[in-house]
Amino acid sequence: MKYYSYFPACCSFGQARAYDMSTRAVAKALDVELIELDDWNCCGSTPYSSIDELGSICCSARNLSLAEKRGLDLVTTCSDCYLMLSKANLFMKEYPELKSKVVDALAAGGLEYNGTVRVRHILDVFANDVSSDQIASRVTRSLAGLKVAPYYGCQVVRPRPSFDDPESPESLERLIKSLGAEPTPFPLKTRCCGGSMIIPEENIALDLIQKLLDNAVSNGADCIVTACPLCQGNLDVYQSKVNNKFKTKFNIPVLFFTQLMGAALGIDSKALGLEKGIVSAQKVLSGYLK
Amino acid sequence: MKGEASFTDEIYALPGGEGVRLCIQCGTCTGSCPNADKMDYAPRKLIAMARAGMREEVLSSNSMWLCLSCYLCTVRCPRRIKITELMHALECLSSDSGMTTKRVRTPKLYHTFTDIVYRMGMVPEFLLMILYYLRTNLLSAINMIPMALNLLRHGRLDIKPHRLKPESRRQLRAILDKAKILGEKP
Repeated sequence: MKYYSYFPACCSFGQARAYDMSTRAVAKALDVELIELDDWNCCGSTPYSSIDELGSICCSARNLSLAEKRGLDLVTTCSDCYLMLSKANLFMKEYPELKSKVVDALAAGGLEYNGTVRVRHILDVFANDVSSDQIASRVTRSLAGLKVAPYYGCQVVRPRPSFDDPESPESLERLIKSLGAEPTPFPLKTRCCGGSMIIPEENIALDLIQKLLDNAVSNGADCIVTACPLCQGNLDVYQSKVNNKFKTKFNIPVLFFTQLMGAALGIDSKALGLEKGIVSAQKVLSGYLK
Repeated sequence: MKGEASFTDEIYALPGGEGVRLCIQCGTCTGSCPNADKMDYAPRKLIAMARAGMREEVLSSNSMWLCLSCYLCTVRCPRRIKITELMHALECLSSDSGMTTKRVRTPKLYHTFTDIVYRMGMVPEFLLMILYYLRTNLLSAINMIPMALNLLRHGRLDIKPHRLKPESRRQLRAILDKAKILGEKP
């Protein structure tokens, strides 16, 4: 059994509920114990850091301080949370003046942080802490024949080189193969989906989403898997808006990679939140599902 | 050339802003940016203008507000400038200076987001959308109703969001209040 502190991210209660559900279910099946951080708060996020950098780092620092008491790696599903929590660690090392302010601010809340928590993304845990062989040996429904576009998005692999290459990562491909499915070529796999800009500047984001959907479909994918809640939301929920704007007929399911893992591990589709996709995965996965 | 020195110094003093002095104007950032064509000044030019002391032109531009934080420029920069963080630093300066352009709505979203974090300690997406549309454009809120209903049908609206215990909310607020005081310029 492997143990981690778990940071589910705000989106786990809304758009990305299926990501949280499938992550917990897959973790259980692979003997990974995710212990939710008590009373965690928002990571600070990119929007916050664009208005108040110090405040946003303090948000992350409170979570890191809570995790430090437990002494385990802190794992999150959300790529932006992963980025912000890692950035707080890095900035406190690189900028001593900033660090002393964060330490003072934490003290006002009766907390301290010594910089010892390792921040991890759930993709890193499932792709590296659990071996491909171990996953393959637990597969009860091989996904042979299913063509899957591996979509990383940006913040899971950038800006700091961590567990995979910033522009040509391979972790998802390895996972997809261990489930028996076939990863398709996907040249835009680390390109941005528009992120939160979909709300204030929808047209700009729709252009980016259209390019991604087109790239996946033209490479023969039956479905797309992603490791980021914003990417899933943008490509799935806004797919019909892309179709309206560009007169296209995209109808490609966008799954969290943990949902695909769960399907191959024989976990019930309800427990994986598969029915929560706006573009239904029913047809594509019908031959494989429990 | 007083303006030149002071604006560069102002940026240089911020975490992530120190790279402003290292730029060799190669344009790799602009070539990598998915939104360069939508910006008043693409990243390479924006940095050149910042170094030329064009404070008002830079801080009132839409450029940094169209940064997607995808960090492609950052991993490609041959001078290892943290360009995305530099953009965040410019957003913070623009926000503090009151020069923020009204031609983009991103700043309104970011401010709404920040306010919710301060009040609740986390961000229910649904509340974020409602407050944002109330502050900007009610009409577009009406256009969003079908999508909201669709999300509701699929169990994806956070009607019961993660809630912090009251004492944790107070703790976070005490931390953020202190950070506010520490962050004010002397």
